[in-house]
Amino acid sequence: MSQLRAEITRLLTVFQSAGAVRVEADILQPADVLLDLYGEDIRARAYVTFDPLRGEQMLRPDFTVPVVQSHMAESAEPARYTYAGPVFRYQDNDNGRAAQSEQVGYEVFDRGQADAIEAEIFVLFHQILMPLGVTASTGDVGLLVAAIEGLTTSDARKAALRRHIWRPSRFQALLARFSQPVRAKALGADGQQIGLRDASDVELRLLQLVDEAAAPPIPQFEIEALNDLLEVKGHLPEALAQLQALAWRLPAIAFAVDHMAARLAALTSAGLDVSQIGFEAAYGLTAMEYYDGFVFGFYAQHAGWPAVASGGRYDALTRVLGQGRDVPAVGGIIRPEFTLRLSEGDLS
Amino acid sequence: MIKLGVPSKGRLMQETFDWFSARNVHLSKSGSDREYVGRVDGVADVELVLLSAGEIPRELAAGRLHMGVTGTDLVHEKLTNWSDAVEPVAEMGFGFADLIIAVPACWRDVTCLHDLDAVAARFRAQHGFRLRVATKYHRLVRQFMKAEGVADYQLVDSQGATEGAVKNETAEAIADITSTGATIEANHLRILQDGLVLKSQATLWHSKVAEGDCRALIAKIGAGS
Repeated sequence: MSQLRAEITRLLTVFQSAGAVRVEADILQPADVLLDLYGEDIRARAYVTFDPLRGEQMLRPDFTVPVVQSHMAESAEPARYTYAGPVFRYQDNDNGRAAQSEQVGYEVFDRGQADAIEAEIFVLFHQILMPLGVTASTGDVGLLVAAIEGLTTSDARKAALRRHIWRPSRFQALLARFSQPVRAKALGADGQQIGLRDASDVELRLLQLVDEAAAPPIPQFEIEALNDLLEVKGHLPEALAQLQALAWRLPAIAFAVDHMAARLAALTSAGLDVSQIGFEAAYGLTAMEYYDGFVFGFYAQHAGWPAVASGGRYDALTRVLGQGRDVPAVGGIIRPEFTLRLSEGDLS
Repeated sequence: MIKLGVPSKGRLMQETFDWFSARNVHLSKSGSDREYVGRVDGVADVELVLLSAGEIPRELAAGRLHMGVTGTDLVHEKLTNWSDAVEPVAEMGFGFADLIIAVPACWRDVTCLHDLDAVAARFRAQHGFRLRVATKYHRLVRQFMKAEGVADYQLVDSQGATEGAVKNETAEAIADITSTGATIEANHLRILQDGLVLKSQATLWHSKVAEGDCRALIAKIGAGS
């Protein structure tokens, strides 16, 4: 235990040396904010408890939400924060993961040049983690967001696809649906008006369905290019070359590809060997619901371990929590129990 | 001594007794009609335990029952990794119930999960909270919705009269068990075409955790496991 304390202190010190201010967050968090943000899935991951006065409360499943909230409420940019403490993950299936585990995190709220800030954070994590013999994976959700924006289709369809970026099966189902002419929908049998969703809501959607039925299919070459984008995978320089080639077919991603190239250049000039860093366009789409740009993780060669560290950009989350204000945000966490085990050579 | 758990009340208990009788194992309540003590004739070293169908999965998983009769729905809902704890010995051919998702019939535009998901997005934007689905099958419904990629909904707990939740405006949709669909219809609801979460029936389960030899009982009722 004292070794774990020492490891946590070591990591906090590294982040503080990088300019971060230490912050705290309550273990007990109001459930409504987390539920509203993450949806019903969070109940399968977070301990929910209840008291008659305050209603549902959750044992903190991560620090990101309270740190963003406190920043948005009282602070100005640029700001760099670090924190440490236990997080709690309820296990719906017994996968051998601990219910309580430690996290040490680093979050940056900065309106400066996005690629440079992403590179700064990744370099910091890389310096801490690479001596432990882990491998690095990266991705960029911004590529997919840009590709969707560039599709030849209605704003409603783009919004539907954007909403399901983090649910690949529904995303693919939508893409398949939008790639064919729409068949007229057989409506359900009517019934007595009950509930909060009233007749005008139903009428409005029926009109939308008429519009939808008139919408031409998304051109096949765009669907293929989008699916090719999701397949891009390789070490960073190789993946960048694939994406640059793909940008001829998906011009809408050109800006996001340039952003990635600038980030790669920043990593190279910081002395990182980018040929050893993995990239997958689909990385982070299932596990990291609030990330909407650059994402990264560091992994030990050990089945059953979670990522030793992970993080990414989450601008949209600050918009949701900021009540009208938003700020570019990038951050990540390290799991000190696992960095400690790696440094002790314990791979059990 | 093998402990056999059987639902303690109503039609499910009677049909369970009949099912065992047809296999020459006679279960009965001993003592007064109100007392939850049972007896077993026709096979040795089996004790009848009468308890709520909802508690049988937990008792099997804890190894306090060797065998038990309860619905597939309750086993899948109440036990995480249920197949590590129990195994089905026989599907008993009664207690049929489907866990389904139903919406108000007046939602003519909603016939499938795709529609429900689209409507949930609009509902949340309009009302400022997620579309509520009333159920007591939280785990099963959450897993189903996740697998189907439905977003912007929330589950609200309903331990009874779930079909009335929409009318009472405590939910916009429901997930509940139904055998004929009559109660669903009577409450002005309609089942989604692809809204079948689970097909359930009364099933005899064997605990993988309890220590004890159930082979005599299994052989007697003619089921292989």
